Amino acid sequence: MEELATQVLLLTASTVRLATPLVLCAMAGLFAERSGVVDIGLEGKMLGAAFAAAAAAAVSGSAWVGLVAAIAVSWSLAMLHGFASITHKGDQVVSGMAINIAVAGLGPVLADAWFRQAGRVPVSGEDARFLPIELPFAEAARSIPLIGPFYAEVVSDHNLLVYVAAVSIPIVAWVVYRTRFGLRLRAVGENPSAVDTAGISVDGMRYRALMVTGLLAGIAGAYLSIAQGAGFTRDMSAGRGYLALAALIFGKWRPVPAVLACLLFAFADAVQARLQGVELPLIGEIPTQAIQALPYLLTILLLAGFVGRAVAPRAIGQPYVKER
Amino acid sequence: MSGAGGDGRTSGAPPAIELLGIDKSFGPVHANDDIHLTVEAGTIHGIVGENGAGKSTLMNIVYGFYQADSGIIRVDGEERAIRSPEDAIEAGIGMVHQHFMLVEPFTVLENILLGAEGGWTLKAGKARAREALLRLEQDYALEVDIDARIADLPVGIQQRVEILKALFRGARVLILDEPTGVLTPQEADHLFRILRNLKEQGRTVILITHKLREIMAATDTVSVMRQGAMVAHRRTADTTTEELAELMVGRKVLLRVDKQPARPGSPVLEVEHLEVVDEQGVRRVKDVSFTVRAGEIVGIAGVAGNGQSELLEALSGIRRPSGGRVLLHGEPLADAADCRLKKLGHVPEDRLRMGLVRGFPAYENAILGYQLLPAYAEHGFLKKRSIIARCLDWMQGYDVRPAAPHLQATSFSGGNQQKLVLAREMEHDPDLLLVGQPTRGVDIGAIEFIHKRLVAMRDAGKAILLVSVELDEIMSLADRIIVMFDGTITGEVDQAEATARGLGLLMAGISNEAA
Repeated sequence: MEELATQVLLLTASTVRLATPLVLCAMAGLFAERSGVVDIGLEGKMLGAAFAAAAAAAVSGSAWVGLVAAIAVSWSLAMLHGFASITHKGDQVVSGMAINIAVAGLGPVLADAWFRQAGRVPVSGEDARFLPIELPFAEAARSIPLIGPFYAEVVSDHNLLVYVAAVSIPIVAWVVYRTRFGLRLRAVGENPSAVDTAGISVDGMRYRALMVTGLLAGIAGAYLSIAQGAGFTRDMSAGRGYLALAALIFGKWRPVPAVLACLLFAFADAVQARLQGVELPLIGEIPTQAIQALPYLLTILLLAGFVGRAVAPRAIGQPYVKER
Repeated sequence: MSGAGGDGRTSGAPPAIELLGIDKSFGPVHANDDIHLTVEAGTIHGIVGENGAGKSTLMNIVYGFYQADSGIIRVDGEERAIRSPEDAIEAGIGMVHQHFMLVEPFTVLENILLGAEGGWTLKAGKARAREALLRLEQDYALEVDIDARIADLPVGIQQRVEILKALFRGARVLILDEPTGVLTPQEADHLFRILRNLKEQGRTVILITHKLREIMAATDTVSVMRQGAMVAHRRTADTTTEELAELMVGRKVLLRVDKQPARPGSPVLEVEHLEVVDEQGVRRVKDVSFTVRAGEIVGIAGVAGNGQSELLEALSGIRRPSGGRVLLHGEPLADAADCRLKKLGHVPEDRLRMGLVRGFPAYENAILGYQLLPAYAEHGFLKKRSIIARCLDWMQGYDVRPAAPHLQATSFSGGNQQKLVLAREMEHDPDLLLVGQPTRGVDIGAIEFIHKRLVAMRDAGKAILLVSVELDEIMSLADRIIVMFDGTITGEVDQAEATARGLGLLMAGISNEAA
């Protein structure tokens, strides 16, 4: 019994850790997509940010410098996406994919050129990473049944960026539903003409949304390379940007349901990690590759079957051109 | 209504809106040509004209949605640079667009707040707006449930939301673009009551419409636009529907078409009690019945937007009628593909949207809809060489310039595109040809050519139904003229007896018996 409880707690804690980049990315994508700009480039922004964070932290020895570099790179990529798809009304999917492909190649190449570590950027040193923080009373509270271990294992002992992700959820929900920016954001993705005739710049709104996207995707990238991980490796985002996008769609472009979808994907990922090499009754040992495919299979199943019809922001994917 | 024309108010007070020499082109289209307009404060001013006359463009310039190429806008006597809707709202101008500018998943309140939130967060603004809206609703009889979602509201109410939106922003001048297009007659009457209310409270209303009845019922003064130019200003009390109809349609040099009297044969097309309801649920064609015989041209005249387009689409199988029957050689028609098989040709009104695929080369466009005929396809493959040869042949026969089958459809001028569509539909030897606006945007030379072709086809014993808003065209081509108004047939006239004045009356909805 004790054993099972510990297992559940560890699984939950690992779900939280794995969900963090997904949540940040999904929140990032929410701003872009709610403004009517498809953001398939989340993956590239996150990967680029991960590289920038690792490189800056490795050189400076400061995790904060790494975080700033990550946000700067992700933000620049978001603006590039905006320049192509808002200012020049290019195809948003093509622009996003171009960013993904460019970053996937550029990261390892630059890493090789600058650090000579076969396309990797190792980050070492205490200050160069965001290390787990033990919240007050975590050890003391351990003795309290149920709540104590939960607090110690699941709530406490994460790095700063996990808490940033957690706090971002209510803030995003509040911004989207309770502020002027949120109202205009939701409107511009549904009916940009209405926004235009209300005397608000459609392009301006979309750029602002992408700025927020860049910020959040940057934090997600930094999390991968200087918080959860210790350095940059080739393709380390491993499709999490796409997964976050799927979670966003699964959550019908709403903050809380999107986060729940992220948690579901993260849980599948955590289970997958636990199941590797474990002998299951009746089935026996499942090949690693099959287990690793679990979160992605889940994505396909959910998106294909269970979501029902996801009603996207109506103007999503369409560059705004005044009709006449 | 209080006072005819609001004379008392005009003295002293500067005009609410004054336009001086407004000019606007979209590429080669001269949408507004040196427009001068004065709208007195506290009046309802109508702007009337056919579709495409440039009314909406002009008002979108006043609202800052487009920028004029040149010209001056004065609001309350003061020159204003209106470069965006923001500037217009600032100047006290509000606009209700033809297609509502509402965010459907939002509530009424959220829609009204958009762009006038009154603060960084929404809470305080919402409370204030709620209060202000209740007052506005009472003052102007604009009952709306402000917490309802737009998507759940009928169009008549959505329109009220648009009016409230403008008033909430402090609009003293309210522009309405074709406001009754989507309304039932009852809703339209309610709208006019609201507009009169607005006027009584000292606001100015500009009403854009192509419906003369509304001008006569609701406005104090009226301006007429035709083909991008302002052609007349009248006080509504001093004018008549007939005069306005004539001004709208215009009198141009009558193009002479040489033709012998028709020798009609047996009926080809029989339309019985046809009803068409559009996507918005508005009845566009109401109980229309007529016959077209072999060897005659029947023209359908009317001010644009009175159901002719919907009629044409129903006859050609594009739009499903909601009632009545269409018989071709006594047999009912199924859909557009079926029409082609039964030898019905169709030259659609809007060649770029419906007649051609812009990105296709001319030779592919030349067989659209007929691509499965054995002459063009074998075992699922197109016989490209023979198609190109045939296309070249037609291009020479119909004087399409340049006669280059490989050129993209968009590379040809409007007239040449039209001749290409005509060639396609005529050369497949239909028994019945439906022709919509055959000479819209077509130069004089091509018009003559197209008219000659149509007459030749008639003389070959084919039935032709011609829909055109060009009265001259109808009068010179058609052997019989049917006039449509508000979805119904208001009269039928033989060519010999047709006069512009008589047709104008019918087009204004005044039927023979009444005149």
